[in-house]
Amino acid sequence: MLNFLTHLPSIFISSVSQGFLWSFLAVGVYITFRLLDIPDMTTEGSFPLGGAIVSILILQGASPVISTSLAVLGGMLAGLITGLLHTKLKIPALLAGIITMTGLYSINSRIMANSATLSLIQQPTVFSWFEKILKQPHLSIIILGGMLLLILLPLLYLFFQTEIGLAIIATGDNLTMSQANGINTNSTQLLGYMLANGLIALSGALLTQQKGFSDLNAGIGTIVIGLASIIVAEVLFKQKPLLTRLFTIVLGTVVYRLILAFILELPIQANDNKFFSALFLAGCLCLPLLQQQEKKLKKGVTYHG
Amino acid sequence: MANLLELNNVNHYFHLNTVHETHVLQDIQLTMKEGEFVTIIGGNGAGKSTLLNSIAGTFPVTSGNILLNQEDITKKNVVQRSQFISRVFQDPKAGTAVRLTVGENLAIAACRGKKRTLSRAKTAKNRSFFIEKLKGLNMGLEEKIDTEIGLLSGGQRQSITLLMATLNKPKLLLLDEHTAALDPKSSHIIMNKTKELIDQQHLTTFMITHNMEDALNYGQRLIMLHQGKIVVDLDETAKKNLTVADLLTLFQEQSGHSIQDDALLLQ
Ligand SMILES: Nc1ncnc2c1ncn2[C@@H]1O[C@H](COP(=O)(O)OP(=O)(O)O)[C@@H](O)[C@H]1O
Ligand SMILES: [Mg+2]
Repeated sequence: MLNFLTHLPSIFISSVSQGFLWSFLAVGVYITFRLLDIPDMTTEGSFPLGGAIVSILILQGASPVISTSLAVLGGMLAGLITGLLHTKLKIPALLAGIITMTGLYSINSRIMANSATLSLIQQPTVFSWFEKILKQPHLSIIILGGMLLLILLPLLYLFFQTEIGLAIIATGDNLTMSQANGINTNSTQLLGYMLANGLIALSGALLTQQKGFSDLNAGIGTIVIGLASIIVAEVLFKQKPLLTRLFTIVLGTVVYRLILAFILELPIQANDNKFFSALFLAGCLCLPLLQQQEKKLKKGVTYHG
Repeated sequence: MANLLELNNVNHYFHLNTVHETHVLQDIQLTMKEGEFVTIIGGNGAGKSTLLNSIAGTFPVTSGNILLNQEDITKKNVVQRSQFISRVFQDPKAGTAVRLTVGENLAIAACRGKKRTLSRAKTAKNRSFFIEKLKGLNMGLEEKIDTEIGLLSGGQRQSITLLMATLNKPKLLLLDEHTAALDPKSSHIIMNKTKELIDQQHLTTFMITHNMEDALNYGQRLIMLHQGKIVVDLDETAKKNLTVADLLTLFQEQSGHSIQDDALLLQ
């Protein structure tokens, strides 16, 4: 415990920096999961895809910014494929995502020249310039990540305020109504898929550069990380308008990283971590229900049978 | 005057070539003139909603063709037909997006029949236009323009759906028992608003109702559907002299069932 307390400042700062980079993924998952009301498993393929593209391009000498941008494009393409499987071939959303995710594993492996990891040690990254000036890796991640979030989230919000953006939200809310009002719901779903997976690949590309290597298996569990961050945000900050919601997701992601860091400090076996993470997630998910019950009890209303 | 809508020999089967096969629409031959307001009645399962859905394009009909303004729209889907056709559903939840505000729902309806762009969906200009329109409903809904639709009552939601359906004048308005889920008072208010909006814009309207009085009081023409066939088609003069009792007798003659057998409700 003492150990944990002395580690606290560094745990905190690394959770914030990690949380910032993971929050692009969480916002991407939010677009499909909440706005479009579609469970999209593509995440677990488009996240490592972002890492694979950025690492191979940087190793080939491309600039980190261009490599990261191409990683985003790659993610959007993956989203497009799941979207086409779902909208054109009428494959249920969950399966469509799993198909793309499965196929991407081989594609990612090819991109990474058939190796399971690619090291970026001694290679330039998008963080290099800040690191040189600040001499503080975590701080430069927080600053660059924070700046990106401050630019991208308001832009995303503005997009959802446009006629096309609002049509995407309507599609997730009420498909029948959307079609009756002339919204081509296939197009809006495709757009949502692309936007979401572009952000997820961005997250993968940034985290790869931060960690210094890409990992073919980095996608495992990413959907849970995204969902958990969203749920933490929704439990801590209820009923928020979209712009606020996007920023609370960043906070939710940071809080989730902190909780994970805390679980890591517990005197448990390394492989038991996931179990406690799952337990925590289940707890968060049933929290709204518990709060409701509490309210009912306070009002003196009880239900029998 | 030219026909606005033409259904030629329309047949529709559900579960074609399976044991569940049902022949729901049988050789439907129907034309509607521009500006005509047609009410349609029939027992439960007569095929009224299916007829409306086939006009809206919810599914492709099994055979026959549908013309709107002389243009063959048989192969067009709901989204393509929505450029000309708008509708209000029976379920008040069906016509609006719950998590969006009243203003946002209206903004979505304002784009019906137009190409959606990257310009702002909600502007000061369309906001004042929406407020004007909401005031026209006389229900105080202009104060709720920033309220999420999910927080409104069924009657309020249905009036907003009605407003949405008529915001850009449709060539054809489809109403499927749009007051059936409401309490009698709201139902009455919404029926009056419906008539008002239809009269103002001279809308060609096709309205399903389970309420015989409404079927007689509204519109210039009355159609009775039974087992997928049009069995009665009355014009304005024939309809004018009809009472609910006449209608019930007519129904019994045509269907061979007494009204109690078919849950045609009287209110
Ligand atoms: N989507 C569907 N799939 C299969 N059968 C349907 C479907 N919709 C309606 N039906 C059947 O078609 C018949 C007519 O239904 P409907 O048009 O809803 O009648 P109404 O609106 O006159 O009460 C009913 O027997 C109904 O069970
Ligand atoms: Mg019906």
